[in-house]
Amino acid sequence: MDLEMNLNAPHSMGTTIIGVTYNGGVVLGADSRTSTGMYVANRASDKITQLTDNVYVCRSGSAADSQIVSDYVRYFLHQHTIQLGQSATSKVAANLIRLLSYNNKTMLETGLIVGGWDKYEGGKIYAIPLGGTLIEQPFAIGGSGSSYLYGFFDQAWKEGMTKDEAEQLVVKAVSLAIARDGASGGVVRTVIINSEGVARNFYPGDKLQLWHEELEPQNSLLDLLNSS
Amino acid sequence: MRYKSVERMKPIGKHSLLGASGEISDFQEILRYLNELILYDNMWDNGNSLGPKEVHNYLTRVMYNRRNKFNPLWNSLVLGGVKNGNKYLGTVSMIGVNFKDNHVATGFGNHLAQPILRQEWHKNLSFEDGDKLLEKCMCVLLYRDRSAVNKLQIAKITEEGVTINQPYSLKTYWEFSTFENPAQGAIGSW
Repeated sequence: MDLEMNLNAPHSMGTTIIGVTYNGGVVLGADSRTSTGMYVANRASDKITQLTDNVYVCRSGSAADSQIVSDYVRYFLHQHTIQLGQSATSKVAANLIRLLSYNNKTMLETGLIVGGWDKYEGGKIYAIPLGGTLIEQPFAIGGSGSSYLYGFFDQAWKEGMTKDEAEQLVVKAVSLAIARDGASGGVVRTVIINSEGVARNFYPGDKLQLWHEELEPQNSLLDLLNSS
Repeated sequence: MRYKSVERMKPIGKHSLLGASGEISDFQEILRYLNELILYDNMWDNGNSLGPKEVHNYLTRVMYNRRNKFNPLWNSLVLGGVKNGNKYLGTVSMIGVNFKDNHVATGFGNHLAQPILRQEWHKNLSFEDGDKLLEKCMCVLLYRDRSAVNKLQIAKITEEGVTINQPYSLKTYWEFSTFENPAQGAIGSW
């Protein structure tokens, strides 16, 4: 039991982050809890950050580190887009993230999942965990909540899902992780990126499915007592 | 979070209720001690029964003595009860700090719930008002304490005895407009 409530602990997004490809694009998902030690500093954070019009990144780990890395990459990508004359690809975005993460590995503590759509390769997901490895995957999970999802994805992931199947999978997965990981919580945010553009969705905590040992939420015990 | 259905409140004797936070194995050990205490009290068979004040005192001694031996029981305890019309509410920490008050809390409750209770508690609360007040506190704790789980129990102690209600969940609110797209005005922020 923690007698000290370390309010000066660095803001950390314990987090659950997910990126999944489907037959037309990618779906990115994340929870919304940012904590300072055991205190929830922000219960409705947005961890899916825009890098370009068609590339987004899911951030986990230190809030400060992930924000600064994504800010730098957004800046570099902006310049790159101007020089290139067309939208940057998700591969370029991922490699820029990797450069920063790898070359500053002793100082940074952030795990990122880059997801985007471009006309050359379609939808792609790249995971860049703590040391700065870059790995392209059909789906990626990260953050402290991901520990609870390895078995789930082993069973539930399949190639060639539709957009709705992929989004439902992501929402279900983040919701399962929130149920078990104290460092994840709040709402589930998803971002879907495909040739048509970008769509953002928001699933409040109370609209998610109930899992084992979870009970139907009530307004008050008094309602329960009065109804029985 | 491995165990999301642990019951941390138990009746003690006829007049008291003990709630614990912290190490559950130590709480279970404390319950064994108290069980023995109540048993011996009943064996006297003289009409006397240990009330909340006595149980609180016993717990204080146990916790403080363990602390002195550098082998504490890692719990924060809340002891409440009613005997002969007198209401009692006390608390003991793992280092033996103990006191009585109109409202007590453990852990994050001290930081988040006590301020609410200081504003809104008054001595003529009905059960319904008390319940709503506690639920207000528990809801804040659910939003802001990382170790909180949405499953709680409310217990009531009166002269008639102890009632511990079944565990239930609280509704939470997420539909503030700023929650939907918080980074809209500042891309890359939280």
